[in-house]
Amino acid sequence: MSATPFLVLSAILFTIGCIGVLTRRNAIVVFMCIELMLNASNLALVTFSRVNGNLDGQVAAFFVMVVAAAEVVVGLAIIMTIFRTRRSASVDDASLLKY
Amino acid sequence: MVGFWFLAPVMVAAALGILFVRKAVHAALLLAVVMIGLAVLYLVQDAPFLFTVQIIVYTGAILMLFLFVLMLVGVDASDSVVETIRGQRVMAIVVGLLFGVIVVLGVGQVSLGAVQGLAAANAGGNVPGLAQLLFSKYVFAFEATSALLITAAVGAMVLAHRERLTPKSTQADLAARRMQAYAEHGTHPGPLPAPGVYARHNAVDTPALLPDGSPSEISVSRTLQSHGTVKTAPTRDIDRLTGAIGDGTSNLPVRGSGPRGGIDGDPSDTSRPEEGDQA
Repeated sequence: MSATPFLVLSAILFTIGCIGVLTRRNAIVVFMCIELMLNASNLALVTFSRVNGNLDGQVAAFFVMVVAAAEVVVGLAIIMTIFRTRRSASVDDASLLKY
Repeated sequence: MVGFWFLAPVMVAAALGILFVRKAVHAALLLAVVMIGLAVLYLVQDAPFLFTVQIIVYTGAILMLFLFVLMLVGVDASDSVVETIRGQRVMAIVVGLLFGVIVVLGVGQVSLGAVQGLAAANAGGNVPGLAQLLFSKYVFAFEATSALLITAAVGAMVLAHRERLTPKSTQADLAARRMQAYAEHGTHPGPLPAPGVYARHNAVDTPALLPDGSPSEISVSRTLQSHGTVKTAPTRDIDRLTGAIGDGTSNLPVRGSGPRGGIDGDPSDTSRPEEGDQA
């Protein structure tokens, strides 16, 4: 079972997540695209773990999951706070630092 | 490998769907498809622990959190397709595709050597092997993640907590405010009218009809109006109904001998809708 198809799939998913972050305007969907990128990198880590024959890659993927969970909790709380004050979840509306 | 070639197109299609669907809820469900596919790929690659964690933590907890926040935030205008920066979307897609092509080519070109497989590393079981690494080599990183998780929990509580700046208004305050509004603007102090209840529509999304037959705007919830799901009450329906009843009254002379004669003996009953129409 070759490792290259897994890595290519991981790269494609990462690219799709990247384009999603750049194009979507809803902050929650942008967050989902970030999750997609993290998941894609996890797939690459697990694949490299199998290529190298040790479990370090899987431990790294586990840590990525922990960090992603913490990030989602704080990020969604920030989105909720912004929504409560500005009545919008659009990333274009939170532009006060611009002026 | 058969599983991979079956799952990979599904996952890529679902991921592309995230880019194109308009509703955030649909994006969350498509993300769930991608994550479950990834979990299966972990299982294929000898990572049963990560398979379980992916299903339970990602699909079970994190996506549910997304759905909760979507329910709290609700529908707003941020899904609109109007660009705020001109040419941004085209540039983003071009640069993203360039990035993707470069990464895929790079990954395809690199020679990884022979795949060693995890049979030796998983000999004593995958979870004991991971635990061995986690509590020896990566123990400090593990402790740091515990601090990170506590910080995240405290941060979420601080961000979600809202201090009450004004005293909570009591029922007496509300009544006083209502009478004030009645005195100043003539707003009706009583409760809002209930939605329409008819023989054919008795749901809350049907406006009540005013005596002249026009629908009453304030009888339907504002949330339903902003969703655009309010049923239009048939405005001229009442005319047709009174017309039909009027026909009935013209046939009324037979009712004395009919079987229903004893029930609607009072002629004022049948004329009531017409009075309402003229009011």
